[in-house]
Amino acid sequence: MTATPASVEALLEAVDDDGAVAFDGFRVERAADGYALETPDEEWTGLAADDLADALEPLSDYVTNWRYWQRSVSGEGTARRAFLRWCERAPLEVETDRKTTADETTDEPVATHPSIDAPLSVPERYDALRDGLDREWGQLCLTARLVDDADDDPVGERVYDLWHVDDADSDLADLEVYDDPRDAREIATYDEDGRYRPLKTAPTLPSGWAFTGLSGGELVETVEFFYPATVANWHRELQGTLDVDHWTETAERQTGIYDVLDELPREGVEWMAEACCVDSQCLRRREWEFDEDDELDVDGGDGPFPCREPCSLVVAAARKWTILESEQERTYELELTASEYNQLAALIDAVAEGRTDEIREADVNDGANRYRARYLRAKRFDEEGNLEARRVDD
Amino acid sequence: MQALVIAAHGSHLNPDASDPTYAHADTVRETGAFDEVREAFWKEEPHFREVIRTLESDEVFVVPLFISEGYFTEQVIPRELRLEEWDPEKWDSDGTSASQVTLEAEDVGKTIHYCGPVGTHDAMTDVIVQRAESVTEDPDVGEVSASGDAEARRSISDGGFGLTVVGHGTERNENSAKAIEYHTERIRETDRFDEAKALFMDEEPEVDDVTDYFDTDDVVVVPLFIADGYHTQEDIPEDMGLTEDYRLGWDVPSEVDGHRIWYAGAVGTEGLMADVILERAADAGADIGDAVESVREATGLEAGAEPEPNAEPGD
Ligand code: SF4
Repeated sequence: MTATPASVEALLEAVDDDGAVAFDGFRVERAADGYALETPDEEWTGLAADDLADALEPLSDYVTNWRYWQRSVSGEGTARRAFLRWCERAPLEVETDRKTTADETTDEPVATHPSIDAPLSVPERYDALRDGLDREWGQLCLTARLVDDADDDPVGERVYDLWHVDDADSDLADLEVYDDPRDAREIATYDEDGRYRPLKTAPTLPSGWAFTGLSGGELVETVEFFYPATVANWHRELQGTLDVDHWTETAERQTGIYDVLDELPREGVEWMAEACCVDSQCLRRREWEFDEDDELDVDGGDGPFPCREPCSLVVAAARKWTILESEQERTYELELTASEYNQLAALIDAVAEGRTDEIREADVNDGANRYRARYLRAKRFDEEGNLEARRVDD
Repeated sequence: MQALVIAAHGSHLNPDASDPTYAHADTVRETGAFDEVREAFWKEEPHFREVIRTLESDEVFVVPLFISEGYFTEQVIPRELRLEEWDPEKWDSDGTSASQVTLEAEDVGKTIHYCGPVGTHDAMTDVIVQRAESVTEDPDVGEVSASGDAEARRSISDGGFGLTVVGHGTERNENSAKAIEYHTERIRETDRFDEAKALFMDEEPEVDDVTDYFDTDDVVVVPLFIADGYHTQEDIPEDMGLTEDYRLGWDVPSEVDGHRIWYAGAVGTEGLMADVILERAADAGADIGDAVESVREATGLEAGAEPEPNAEPGD
């Protein structure tokens, strides 16, 4: 080694200033009899300053890890830091009143959460970071990796790449490459077919792009442009402080044209959640229920980030359903063959599943085929363009 | 740390509705005046409800990107931001004079400076004038004697220009008409334009009859709207007779009843709007250094600066 690496210098300075540095299972302390040094595997005591520098040399992963988190990232207690820790499977430092288990390597409490798996130790993380460590966040694939270090002065800075999960195996050369987080806004605006995406967490994010070499701050910014507020709400959930507003609270809060929302019947709310909030339609995990102690039957999904109250799209749709549900049910009589009756179901199903584009032109066996639908319309609609039927209940 | 939140309406149906919000937010970002800048929406994400929690700053300036004081600025935004102590009385406004009030957001324990809407700030008058400059591509529009370029006058007769500020009427919101009148009066006082007149969509004096209200051959029409949409791109152009059918587009200027109508489209798309946002925050105590000057320079208001229309005429 030609000179003391900058990270070691910074560490020694911090030990001199504060008396001790302890981070991610690594500890250096200045005591009366010299320096004490500790990793989960080894321990030294009574080291002179020179001996300490020598002892630290093979431990540069611990040293640069300390420097990256405490100096480069900092932001103790922020969602940004927690998210970046999660990205490389570092133990999360969240204060939580939820159930916690002790992490064996550090004895720190770690949170239990659907997004959390066993944390990695510093050497394990560095091994993984050299190849790139992947995480999924909705349809985003995030990779954390180490910046290539000059051999004699390891720095341990991380950079982050981000692309669509469908592109995880794509060649970077085939993707449109970006480095400004703001470009995510444009990408997130339209789906593959060029249609507007009013719900950012709909599973319709187009692929074919990549962000590379982002800093931690830029990564979080980019993720938040794709999926706004998901990081903040995930972090709150980890800490046990997610403030869920259930349906009744949200409906009662509304004014103006949305004032009617609290008249939507409970079963309507159930159907609405099934229509809009399941994983096939939205990647947020619905945590709101009808009421605090009245859960909806439909599954809320199992993504990493929660939905804490009905979103504006659901609120706007709910207004429509509230108005529609105020109508009386009627009995109609109409002539259909058994196959035509089944065809109506097939049509509704195809639209509900967004499948109409996939039905082949000549696949007349599919009830939702366009020719089949046109035939049915020609046969069963009257001159005004209405389905021929008689109301029989008055 | 201090953060800026630009609170706008957004749309579930029209992907372009948020473009001006993003553009102005980016202009403010470039100045570096705030540690964090966020767009927030009623109909898009991040929603008003969830934007404050995405910030690390303790001090947050919220500027509504709305034209007037009314339902959204007085009820919806404060409620959705959880400004518990809010009461419209705290603005102590006559309908156009709200500046700011300092409150706490209940869910996050941050200090929120809740500002008045951009549309009623005095600096908005400059934006309307700049919009007129952009659409005529003439930095001296209206100021006949000031223009060194005879061509720049572009006027057939006396060289003078009329200007009209257009808005909804009082039907939806009484303060919306007040804001229109307020800026029209301020423009009139500068004497730059031969005539300045407020016109409305759903009440007298109506924008449909624009040519009846002006003697000047040239009239610049600036709708006081935040974003281009149905009203500014379909309704108003057809009502004024610029085109039979908005889908066919229209010329800028267009000949109508012997007048030349320079239709500017929504004023909110003008780059200088970023300046109004900054001034609102500065009025509320934000430390923004020389950001106002750099935005004014970048968006071309300074005398002698080249105008940079951010939309092609007729666009
Ligand atoms: S309310 Fe439903 S659709 Fe809207 S964000 Fe939450 S889970 Fe998704």
